[in-house]
Amino acid sequence: MSASVIEPTSSRRAARQEDGNRPALKVEGLWKIFGPKADKILGTPDAQLSRKELQSKTGCLAAVKDVSFEVARGEVFVVMGLSGSGKSTLVRLLTRLIEPSAGTVTIDGEDVTQASKTKLRTLRRNHMAMVFQQFGLLPHRKVIDNVAYGLEVRGEGKAARLARAQEMVDLVGLSGYERSFPDQLSGGMQQRVGLARALAVDPEVLLFDEPFSALDPLIRRDMQNEVCRLHEEVGKTMIFITHDLQEALKLGDRILIMRDGEIVQIGTPAEVVANPADDYVRDFVSEVPRSHVLTLRYVVRPPRPGEELDGPVMQADRIVRDAAQQVLRSSQPVRVFDGEDFLGVVDDDDILRVVVAEEAP
Amino acid sequence: MSTVTSARERKAGPAVKPPASSTEARSASVLSTLRRQWRRTLLVAVVLLWVVLWAVLHGTQTLEIGGADKTDVHLWLNSVRDAFDSARTNSAFFEYVVQPITDGVNGLVTFLQSLFSQGTATRPVPQVGWLGVVALLAWLTFTFAGIRSMILVAVCVLLFGFFGYWQQSIDTLIVTFVTVVLCAVVGLPLGIWMARSKRASSVLTPVLDLMQTLPSFAYLAPLALVFGIGPAAAIVTTIIYSLPPLVRITEHGIRNVSPTTLEAVTSMGGTAWQTLVKVQLPMARRTIVVGINQCTMAALSMATIAALINGPGLGQPVLQSLQSLDVGGAFVSGLAIVLMAVMLDRTTTAASERSVVAARFQKRSRSGLMPGPKRRVTIVTIGAVLAGVAVYLSHSYLALAQFPASPDLGSPLASAVSNATQWVVNTFAGFTGWLKDTVTAALVDPLQSLLAQAPWWVMVIVLLGVALALGGLRAAAVTVVCEAVILGTGLWNESMKTLATTLVATLLVIVAAMALGVWMGRSKIVDSAIRPILDALQTIPSFVYLVPALALFGPTRFTAIIAAFCYGVPIATKLVADGIRGVSPVTVEASESMGTTSWQMISKVQLPMSRSAVVLAANQGLLYVLSMVVVGGLVGGGGLGYLVVAGFSQSQLFGKGLAAGIAITALGVMLDRITKYTAARLGRD
Repeated sequence: MSASVIEPTSSRRAARQEDGNRPALKVEGLWKIFGPKADKILGTPDAQLSRKELQSKTGCLAAVKDVSFEVARGEVFVVMGLSGSGKSTLVRLLTRLIEPSAGTVTIDGEDVTQASKTKLRTLRRNHMAMVFQQFGLLPHRKVIDNVAYGLEVRGEGKAARLARAQEMVDLVGLSGYERSFPDQLSGGMQQRVGLARALAVDPEVLLFDEPFSALDPLIRRDMQNEVCRLHEEVGKTMIFITHDLQEALKLGDRILIMRDGEIVQIGTPAEVVANPADDYVRDFVSEVPRSHVLTLRYVVRPPRPGEELDGPVMQADRIVRDAAQQVLRSSQPVRVFDGEDFLGVVDDDDILRVVVAEEAP
Repeated sequence: MSTVTSARERKAGPAVKPPASSTEARSASVLSTLRRQWRRTLLVAVVLLWVVLWAVLHGTQTLEIGGADKTDVHLWLNSVRDAFDSARTNSAFFEYVVQPITDGVNGLVTFLQSLFSQGTATRPVPQVGWLGVVALLAWLTFTFAGIRSMILVAVCVLLFGFFGYWQQSIDTLIVTFVTVVLCAVVGLPLGIWMARSKRASSVLTPVLDLMQTLPSFAYLAPLALVFGIGPAAAIVTTIIYSLPPLVRITEHGIRNVSPTTLEAVTSMGGTAWQTLVKVQLPMARRTIVVGINQCTMAALSMATIAALINGPGLGQPVLQSLQSLDVGGAFVSGLAIVLMAVMLDRTTTAASERSVVAARFQKRSRSGLMPGPKRRVTIVTIGAVLAGVAVYLSHSYLALAQFPASPDLGSPLASAVSNATQWVVNTFAGFTGWLKDTVTAALVDPLQSLLAQAPWWVMVIVLLGVALALGGLRAAAVTVVCEAVILGTGLWNESMKTLATTLVATLLVIVAAMALGVWMGRSKIVDSAIRPILDALQTIPSFVYLVPALALFGPTRFTAIIAAFCYGVPIATKLVADGIRGVSPVTVEASESMGTTSWQMISKVQLPMSRSAVVLAANQGLLYVLSMVVVGGLVGGGGLGYLVVAGFSQSQLFGKGLAAGIAITALGVMLDRITKYTAARLGRD
């Protein structure tokens, strides 16, 4: 697939995945087992036990089990799971806020897991930044000083860091609140401060730990749009933890679904919805409006004999909902291409089957 | 309804009747019930055994010794004292460690006294006279706590003078100030260290526990032995007493900094030092200032008791009046202490509130949003100039240096109080006498007889059994050690008498605390009405509680019980109230929806769910009561406290007093551990 011929709506995603050979983040065989003598379990057959069996046998909790994945530069990678699935532990392992039991994490070519204390501090100061569910702001500092904190600890001069912090405050739309204290702001605004603080250090990778779970639904939607907008503007690699499938589908280029510390499926939103890996995922995505997620690739069919092949042309990664009107308006079936390759056709029936199927009980 | 019941009874009838062959099964089931309820069984068995053995054997093997009798241990302790006295001049440890500390502290206190409170050989009045001191204090309070505190301080300090206790008041302030500064120097780093290192915390926490469990009376003598009587020993005792709250609260404040914030800061790569200075300390500032406040109040309380080892200050006149049963004099000096407590409490609280506000607005003023602070700076500067002028004037003119003898409020107030007390005592003699006699006859005498008249080995077993039943194995282990220590001091009988008095007062405290605490826990209005009173009572130094008790009941055991009761009730009540309040509102709502009456709510939901808080209240009540009961030795309380007091005044009884101090400690540790472990067990179940 070459980026130049893809439709503009989806070129961003594809371009990101293609850009640069080195992944922004690479995780290999990551484990975390909590409990007494947790180290001794790894490498024994016990490690293969299910979480429940392990806990009743040894009293240890396998929070993250043998997780590997790669995140491309500029990608928004969502880790989704219910509470207790190990997703919050996973994101903390990435910056060693929790020490992994085994495995490696490489950010921007640097091995985080092997880094010395000083090296780790440098990595944290320069290469990654995190946004927390409970904000984690410093209540005794003004907004501007909160945003500048990361620059302050890495020793930047006062004038420079305040200027940079002001830029970030403006970027997240908090202009005018620089001199407020966190407790004078609403939850959504406090999280904007958290966002600005993370962006201020200009990290390679932004980590979000359920950043919007503590917010009201309307404000949550605003903040999701804000993240989309910021991603357009600054193009950072983002690892986004959530328990909300809608949020995952909305933001994610790819989604990792976790259960009991293990990976169940990794894929694009459309893959996950169209081909759930197991019943657990199927159950999860059953309520999702499929037309909002599926692309034409998943509804395309070979042309029937005698079908006219002179209808309009569309690319395979166009979302069904976006394509629907045009397909329905056209009297001929739409021809679907993946780049230059002809995949098949889509007609009114194919579209309606996706749209109407989700109405069915 | 009745038919249903009868039907059920009929149906149940045959099932309840056991088959004839199952007597074995029944006895087995009784055994298993006993095993399940072994605590209760053991408790009942121990009490029965105790009463039976007491009935048969009472009056024998009680280990009672006469007031002037001394055992070998006491004589040996006397010789230890003599050894210490001679070691002071010819031991390296004393010469290079103890003596420099003693001299340093004494020198500092003497220097401050010569500055602010007492004349010296070369100058009959202090360097800074009363006007200068008042002006300085007022200026300091204004700068750190605001204008209202300044007025309070000025009025209080002037009142001290008019009461006739100018010099003693300033001495007390000096001792308290020096103590708090030393506590801060030692305590803040310790608290920070404990918050950051689990190991430090687990090593130091028991030490702090011990420092707080020890009744202050117990360590007066040993410290006087090491540092000699005077300001140095007084300040060291005061530090021991007031350091733990500061360290604990500092640790708590830093530990309680939101973990999310800490995680956020760590994720940004802050060093440990940056995290401490930029995040933890600023976020814990308010809590730490509360710690300073607690430390100050404790220091004031202990500084007055340190009068017993010749510590300078307001404790001296209270002590003299108590010992000569001069209620009027004790009242006036006691009132001065209370005023000082109120003054220090209000001022430090106001200062802490201001520090938080100031931190927010100081920086804003730079951007011109708040013009206020600039004006304040001007006022503070003018105030400093005025205070400087006042200091100079009071240094130069005798009239402004020596506090004027008139108007004298102290003497008329003292005689008025004496007369009023006389009147009250005469008028209500019937009631107070009846109360005293009833409680003594109904509670104190029987319990004291049970405890002190039973043979010593019976009591050893009884205490052990109770400890095992209530607190479990660890409590029993501590009890064995403490019993051995008490037996070793040769004061078993006196200890049992003190224990009896303590238990009676604690029982009264628990009854009162449960009633008041439940009431407060259930009603916000009652809580907001009573809590300030309890807070105020808690700021009053323990010494002062003896004064009204002495006035009403004269020098008896009962006086100590009443004083201990008043001293223990506030803390215990607050703990019960907090426990009741802490019961999940959802549970309360759920049981309310099922039609629970108020009494059912209290007895079936609120008290059971807060039982560990109630036991904790009993624990704190016990410790407060014990420390007061021994101080009650000053006013005829008898028991171990009297021996401690006698040890200070009579040289040949020193060893016995020291032994009494050790016995008090053992008693305190034993009672504390038993109740602590009980509370922990109840909290777990």
